[in-house]
Order: sequence, then structure tokens, then C-alpha cells
Amino acid sequence: MTEYTPTELMVIVAARELKDHETVLVGVGVPNLAANLAMKLQAPNLNMVYESGAVGSNPTRMPLSIGDPCLVTGAKSVCSMYEQFAYYLQGGRIDVGFLGGAQIDKYGNINSTIIGNYKTPKVRLPGSGGACDIASNVKKIIVITPHEKRRFVERVDFLTSPGFLDGKQKWSRLKLQGGGPYAVITNLGTLKFDAETGEMTLVSLHPGVTVEKVQESTPWKLKVADKLEQTPPPTEKEIATLRALDPTRIYLG
Amino acid sequence: MDSNKVMDMKEAISKFVKDDESVYLAGFTHMIPFAAGHEIIRQKRKDLTLCRATPDIIYDQMIAAGCGKKLVFSYAGNPGVGSLRCFRRALEKGIPKPIEIEEYTHFGLSGRLFAGATNMPFLPMRTNLGSDLPPNNPNIMTIKNPYGDEEVSIVPPLKPDVAVVHVQRADRNGNAHIWGITGEQKDAAFASKKVILTCEEIVDESVIRTDPNRTLIPDFVVHAVVHEPWCAHPSYTQGYYDRDNEFYMQWDEITKEHETTMKYMEEWVLGVENRTQYMKKLPAEKLLKLKPRSAYCTPVDYGTL
Repeated sequence: MTEYTPTELMVIVAARELKDHETVLVGVGVPNLAANLAMKLQAPNLNMVYESGAVGSNPTRMPLSIGDPCLVTGAKSVCSMYEQFAYYLQGGRIDVGFLGGAQIDKYGNINSTIIGNYKTPKVRLPGSGGACDIASNVKKIIVITPHEKRRFVERVDFLTSPGFLDGKQKWSRLKLQGGGPYAVITNLGTLKFDAETGEMTLVSLHPGVTVEKVQESTPWKLKVADKLEQTPPPTEKEIATLRALDPTRIYLG
Repeated sequence: MDSNKVMDMKEAISKFVKDDESVYLAGFTHMIPFAAGHEIIRQKRKDLTLCRATPDIIYDQMIAAGCGKKLVFSYAGNPGVGSLRCFRRALEKGIPKPIEIEEYTHFGLSGRLFAGATNMPFLPMRTNLGSDLPPNNPNIMTIKNPYGDEEVSIVPPLKPDVAVVHVQRADRNGNAHIWGITGEQKDAAFASKKVILTCEEIVDESVIRTDPNRTLIPDFVVHAVVHEPWCAHPSYTQGYYDRDNEFYMQWDEITKEHETTMKYMEEWVLGVENRTQYMKKLPAEKLLKLKPRSAYCTPVDYGTL
């Protein structure tokens, strides 16, 4: 069996979640790798859309920002920033959106704004960008993040992008057109959300990981699915295809 | 018709950018008018309200130089790299001076420009609900949909005093061709009271008229035309030069301290007179490396009768 790194595992597990013909809003780095990998494997007709306005990109190099010129040359379409958010996102044309952040909580709420207090911040982070807009409008939100106690918190310091708020009941009242958080993929396992309460639930353990290990890295009493699955290990083909996408390991590390 | 709009950057900034006013230097990663930002710094403008979806390195520099009193934005990071350290120093520690912030999402901020450009009192949008942004920004409000029963978020129009928009080519009156990522170029131009258009090339009006679909900005919204090749470096101009990603990474090092930042500014901004001098300081090998190979589109036939 081929060796792989935790980042490679996360990218491969995330790529498996993408279906052919889906439209996916991609960020740079790891989500971009996951989308490109899915396109090379089970989803050749995946539509990659970037919040900079590039639609159906066909990059010839690893993009270094979401506004990289390589996302334009050879793309299906390019639109303005307002049009991207209005026509594509608010228009309900995006199936999957990848989000990241400094903190994520039990209901999938994400913080990418501030650590500490908003008026007197301890650490100022970049802020929403398109994240809150994406979270409110895509059918499925997927988060790829290392499973660490400083990132998984019971309640985010600042709610930048809505997950299921403090439970699905309150979330339903907002009538957001998006479907909310769908999966959180970490180096330890895959977590999805309880259909009734919206609480984050461990649904699959990655190779060699135990429930105790996941619980140790999660500061609240983690809900575990009745039928807990084992994540199939990355295949030779998945690993080889992924490494070819980032030969100089800019994002694979 | 010849125009008196053509001027150099020094004249354009001194005529149209005033202390205490609001400015929007446009460009979403693409075609960020760095040369204009540098000239604003050299002319020591102060107490500006700096508006930009992504403040990027350009506003980080203007904040370090003390030009801004307020930042209106939606994503304050160094794209693909990490933090904007000068912005954070001003916000977290008040160095060199404190900065006020007014924060939106990308949709919120680009929607504000759209509302400004189209003279709307406000713009409804499906975002912000459930987020902690509205409780921290009284400008983001909620109203009941008068045609239905749900709540919708609204944002007010943004009408900056002056916008600076960089484009690939324009004629002497300011009819501008833009391609690649168009970001908020058109919205910022139409929303602002004054527009400084900077361009890589000045072409004859007849060139513009061969391809009117590519003209995103017509001359009558433009007040100044500045011919400024390489205006966007270290950002990029599609088809002309690539983003200087090396510099975007170096900026993180340069800005570790306010003093190291100012040393850079002394050499590369305050220590030069204009963009030509700045470009002369950059090594030729770097510039050659940033030049892309050509990728032409298939010409279209407009037909004529």
C-alpha cells in the first residue's frame, strides 16, 4: 500500500464527495485540488466556478489566487463580481461550495473574521469575502480542515458564515435557500450533520483512527452515527492522480 | 475630437483625489491600480475613506503610509498568502494610526456598488441573515419582503467620490476595453462621482469601435485618462503581464514591522517620482518572466450594412 500524508487523504476524501455534472464553487489551495482531482476521476464534467467571476475554468497551472489569470484563459465564461454572486450564487446555480475558517462549531457555523471581541480583536482574520454568501446559497457546504481543538469549538467567537446556527429549528426559520453544511472532512474522519437537529456527527473514521482519538480533538461531547463507517483508504490511482496535479507540492506540502 | 482628459498620474491624483473623501481603487485581484495608490501616498493624502472589496497590498501600503481613516471592505487578506499586516497593525494596535472599519460580504459590497451605479435606495439580497456581520454593521438591515412573507437583507448604495479603474486599452476620451476578470471595474466607474481611467495602451477611437461589446466603460463617465503601462504591478493585467506572486509572498516579510514596511516605502514609493522610475528599478529578468505567451480569441464578425 502506498503511503500518503494527512493532507492528501483529506483532498481525496473530499474529491469523492463531488458528482459528475455538479457545479462547484472552488477556493484556492486544497479545495481546488479536490475539485481538479474529482474532474480527473469520477466527475469529468464538473463545472468549476470561482468567486472572481471565472466560470468553467481549465487552468494550465496551479492557480495561486482565486483571481489567477490561468482561470480566465480557456474558461467557459467570465463575469463581473456582482454577476457572479447575483446570477450564479443567488440564482441557485451552485451545487457545492467549499469553505474554510479559523473556527467551526458543533452546528457547522464558521468563523473567518475575528478571534476575541469584534471591537477589540485579539487576532483580526480576513473576514467573510464570499463565504457568508456561499454558505447561504449553495446546496451543500463542504469544509476541509485539520482536526484540532483550536479549530473545533463549541461556539464560534464570531459567526461569519451560517451553519445550522444553534440548531436546525432556528436555521429553518431563516428560510435560506441553501442546504446548509453537508460535510466536514478532517485528517481523522468525515463528519456530517444530523437531519433533525443539525448537530455535527461523526459518520466515518479514516484508516487507523479511533472514535476516542476524534473525541480527544473535539472539545464537546461528539455525536457518533449509529452506523459508523470506515473510510476506504486512498487508492494508488487516487494518489498518483493527485500528485500529478501538484507536482511541486505547493498545496500538498 | 481630441480631449483634454489625457494627463499624467501626478496631475490626475492632484486634481481628483482630495483629503477626507472616499476613494475606490478597483480590481478584483486583476488590474489593481498600484501606480495610482503610490501617487496618492506621494501626495500625502490623508483621512481618506478607503473602499475596496479586497484591500489587498495596495490599501495595506496606503494604511501604512497613514492615508486612510476608514476602511470599507469585504475581505482583508493577502490573496493566496495570508494576512495584511499593516491593516492589522492599524486595527489591533493603532500603528501608525487607528483605522475605523465598515465590513460587508463580497456580495454585500459589490451589491452596494451596483445600487450606487443604478441609483437604487437599497438592494435586497439573500445573504447576511444569521451572520454576526449585521449586528456589527448598522448599515446592513433587514426588511420584510412586501410581496411575500420572508425577511430579506438589504444594503445601502455606495457612491465613492472618486474611482480609479485600470484597463487594458482606452481611447483618449476614455472609452475602455476590458477583458479577463472584470471584477467591480464597471460598477465602481458608474457608481463614483469622478473616474480616473488608467490604461496599458492608448488606442485610436476607431479601434474601440471595432469591438463595442468589449467597451465596459464609455467616455462620458470618465474624467481623466492616464496612460500608465505596468500600472497594476505587482498585480497583473490579462494578456500583458502576470501577477508577481513572488512579491505578494515577500510582502508578508517586508511588513513584519512598521519600520521595515516604511523602509520599503521610502525606496519604492516615496523614493521614486513616478511609475517609469519604479519600473526601472525592477530587474529586467523579472519583467521578462512575467510576460505571458499570446492566446488570441477568434475574431467575431459584427457585419456592416
